[in-house]
Amino acid sequence: MTDTLTSRPPTLIDKIIAETPGKASNLYACLQCGTCSGSCPSGPDMDHSPRTIFAMIDSGLEDQVLMSNTPWYCVSCYYCMVRCPQEIPITDIMYTLKRMAIEAGYFREVDQDKAPEFSETFMDLVENNGRSFELGVVMRHHLRYHPLSAVKLATGMGLKMITKGRMDFTPTKIKNLPQLKAILKKAKELGGAA
Amino acid sequence: MKYGYYPGCSMEKNARSYHTSTMAVAKPLGIEFIEVDDWNCCGATEYIAINKIPAYALVSRNLALAADQNDSENLVAPCSACFLNLKKVDHYLQENTELKEKVDIALDAGGLSYEPGTINVQHLLETLSVDIGLDAIKAQVKKPLYNLRVAPYYGCLVPRPATMGSFDDPEHPTSMDKILEVLGATVIDYPLKAQCCGGHMTQISENTALELIRRLLKNAQDSEADMIATLCPMCQLNLDAYQDAVNAHFGTKFKIPIVYFTQLMGLAFDLPENELGFGKEIVSAKPALAKITEQAPKPKRTRERGKKNVGLPMPIMAEEG
Repeated sequence: MTDTLTSRPPTLIDKIIAETPGKASNLYACLQCGTCSGSCPSGPDMDHSPRTIFAMIDSGLEDQVLMSNTPWYCVSCYYCMVRCPQEIPITDIMYTLKRMAIEAGYFREVDQDKAPEFSETFMDLVENNGRSFELGVVMRHHLRYHPLSAVKLATGMGLKMITKGRMDFTPTKIKNLPQLKAILKKAKELGGAA
Repeated sequence: MKYGYYPGCSMEKNARSYHTSTMAVAKPLGIEFIEVDDWNCCGATEYIAINKIPAYALVSRNLALAADQNDSENLVAPCSACFLNLKKVDHYLQENTELKEKVDIALDAGGLSYEPGTINVQHLLETLSVDIGLDAIKAQVKKPLYNLRVAPYYGCLVPRPATMGSFDDPEHPTSMDKILEVLGATVIDYPLKAQCCGGHMTQISENTALELIRRLLKNAQDSEADMIATLCPMCQLNLDAYQDAVNAHFGTKFKIPIVYFTQLMGLAFDLPENELGFGKEIVSAKPALAKITEQAPKPKRTRERGKKNVGLPMPIMAEEG
């Protein structure tokens, strides 16, 4: 690190790197080779490819980056991460972008942005029970935000899962829930959202 | 051999057949799985998207409990997401002191502590293919799965990310292929074996997920696979329960059963059927399993067979005289 890098106020790229565990500082060395975009299975649905997002981060386009649907379409498959010649922890950076977008209050209230709501429904369930169950999360998520699709789900796939005995209606509660709650409460004080 | 066992939430109900078949094959292989008492959810791919320190603390509680309770340093997770979260948190806590300090304070609020690196997190496939080994598995095979054409599907989170070390190739893994071969099955070439099933995308952007699922099913069908063997509850759920939706969306007629590789192991070991959980899958595996024969398939005809080996065309020298 040169003096100029440490003495200037933190820019968008610095903030993202600071919030990401692992060797996130490799992001400074992004070559813009596009291997990440070429490896991404959901690239076509993103409004900016991963390579473009990294160029935008480098340019400090904070609003555009955090408003982008790119991190929300990341499926966490880690293909970009194993192929990146600069070993940038791209998937972890996508998680950081999600957290920063939530904190900044960015994500449009349109159909494609069900992602933050889905994650929040999941978290509620875990925080109050200690365990989750994917089908319960799915049902609650739809009932809360998309009642019509909940009906579709319950009569279609959901019904099949129930008849196969693969669907629970209540999650299992862990025994020492107060302990988990105390840990999470403390953790939130230490490093809240983002 | 004793192993700590972290089942994860899916194994309780949705992927029950994965859990019961894992327990069933463990016995003859001499593995004793000791479930971590009072484990909690790993947060899947959701928690980390909202809260960083709580997400790490959530997983660390499990690592702390495992280190406290078990006399084995190995912790086995059969679910891909659980495996990755446990391994990743342990790895990043070793690497990042600031993160560790915060997680330590959070754990302390619950009267727990964890020294990163104490626990060796393994996926079930690693335990079976590396620790137990193919010879020990082969020794248990009583009813080989002859003529059953299986596509081995690994998904994302077991082979990747390789930054913290992986027991298999991150893009072209083969450990499950080898296990299935030892079971007597015909393992097909499955180029998309490590591609993504869409994960939670079925809930967020169904069209994105359906296309990813379609590719995987199409690739298996192109190679005339009778079934797809998987090692992850999420992959099984997406490929199995959303197969109808894929057919409706794309006008396809896929009918490919998705089973756990441990179910096939149990079948080849000739274990009691009620422990293996067949029948829980939405696309029935019965027609495919009926294809298993007692006779081993004939070796494939090679191109050379019945043909004289003439070698490369070489210039023929005019005979002297």
